[in-house]
Amino acid sequence: MMLNKLTIKQAQEKLETGDISSVDLTRACLDRIKKVDDKVKACLTVCEKEALAEAKKADERRANGEKSGLLGIPYIAKDNIMTKDVRTTAASKILENYIAPFDATIIKKLRTAGAVLLGKSNLDEFAHGASTENSAFGATHNPWDLERVPGGSSGGSAAAVAADMCLFALGTDTGGSIRCPASFCGVTGLKPTYGLASRFGLIAMTSSTDVPGALAKTVEDAKIVMDAIVGIDKNDATTVNARELSSGCALKGKKIGIPKEYFNEGLDIDVKKLVMQAVEKYEKQGVEIIDVSLPHNKYSVGVYYIITPSEISSNLARFDGIRYGFSDKESKELIDIYKKSRGKGFGPEAKRRIMLGTYALSAGYFDAYYLKAQKVRTIIKEEFDRVLSEVDCVITPTSPHTAFKIGEQSSDPLKMYLEDIYVSGASLAGLPAISIPVGFSKGLPAGMQIIGKRFAESALYNIGSAFQNATDYHRQKPELK
Amino acid sequence: MKLIKKDIQHIANLARLDLSDQELDTYGKQLSDILGYIEQLQEVDTKGVEPTAQVTGLENSWREDEARAWDDSERVNAINQAPEIEDGQIKVGRVL
Repeated sequence: MMLNKLTIKQAQEKLETGDISSVDLTRACLDRIKKVDDKVKACLTVCEKEALAEAKKADERRANGEKSGLLGIPYIAKDNIMTKDVRTTAASKILENYIAPFDATIIKKLRTAGAVLLGKSNLDEFAHGASTENSAFGATHNPWDLERVPGGSSGGSAAAVAADMCLFALGTDTGGSIRCPASFCGVTGLKPTYGLASRFGLIAMTSSTDVPGALAKTVEDAKIVMDAIVGIDKNDATTVNARELSSGCALKGKKIGIPKEYFNEGLDIDVKKLVMQAVEKYEKQGVEIIDVSLPHNKYSVGVYYIITPSEISSNLARFDGIRYGFSDKESKELIDIYKKSRGKGFGPEAKRRIMLGTYALSAGYFDAYYLKAQKVRTIIKEEFDRVLSEVDCVITPTSPHTAFKIGEQSSDPLKMYLEDIYVSGASLAGLPAISIPVGFSKGLPAGMQIIGKRFAESALYNIGSAFQNATDYHRQKPELK
Repeated sequence: MKLIKKDIQHIANLARLDLSDQELDTYGKQLSDILGYIEQLQEVDTKGVEPTAQVTGLENSWREDEARAWDDSERVNAINQAPEIEDGQIKVGRVL
């Protein structure tokens, strides 16, 4: 039995009956990492010794009668999430040797629950990207085809789950960074409602849309992880007491909206077919399918690439070569320390976004760019709210196509930004959205996105699980040749 | 919106980024392309529309303004990340 292949749910049952220990499970994952990660390159740091010690502790806790959904379950965290005493780099040269002095709130919660941290996963530098090619430490490879990208920015986390290096992984999603790699790697990725889980200890990118979430093997597992990390946090004033909207379990009578703008030209024909087949499955199970329209979604990438770089230019101002991170030793004048440390420490995409944001916020341009974008954001949000008042959720493709080849579009930043066309809208509106595997095109996984009402994650779980109960796309594994 | 080299140099200075000539060229072209794409937002009629900065309806999130004890090892580890330290404090160059 390959223990690393288990879902959280399956592992829990085996741990509960005493068939396996957390140490066995953790060792199986560490062995898998050793075996395949020189090809996949999902991990930036592996904490073997610490993980085995945590696993042993989890086994002791269980022996003392403790029970928790994640007790003894090994996971990997995206490397823009602070993990005490472990290197936390955000995949940037500027933080290459940074040791996090404290745990992010979500890491603390997982520690309390007894989950076992195996290591830290690769990402686009500071989570800026949709392919994980922007990592300062090299690209991650898609386990389904090593010549292709895993998506991004949580590409290391998605690839690690797809290759069974862990039972689940944490990611962050600002404009698609959990959902895009989930779809490219054939795993389940949940971006929760903004404010449901704390951002304290996440290396900030776009404070108004950043959320931490789960990459898992099933919808059921993603729910177990989310249940452990949500909650109000004094250290994050934007966390909200979740007034959970219950949706009822039965599919019959539910309404799913299909926004026509998400199925237009630009969408790969196979991906379209797979998503529509899934929609038909729902219809056969008694779900009412309703055509809806989100005409302003086409502006979401434009809005996103004003708001995001603007907030980045402000959030990344803290990297000044003075308090932490890379500092240019040759500079004597203060201004040169700033400029040289930042010029040498940041990679091209981080610089591009800092420049774009600085420009959008600079004197004379604020109204035309930032304020305008925030107003269009209002329209996008209200349009979603209106549609979601008539249906339980909307279903769209997650990405316009399956995984592309490494290097294929890395020289064209605008083309890369357009990867976010189906995913940035839910981020701007703060809505929960989940990507689940919906089939294969030429051997590569495709994903569908289910977007729900704010704080109605339960609807996504029910609707997503119903699909996974009726299909086995999520159970298929890459051969890793 | 076409950005010329002088504009790019100005933005880089505001952003405190030391960029090579080649970087100035590349970013000039790329930022002009991206801004060209973003121009499409001007088509949207936003008369009377309020800007959105947050989406969950929170208004003010108050807490007591009180000093809290912080774990000492965490504090020391945080300070130890600085490039220069003296007597447990971060050392910086002369500013004035």
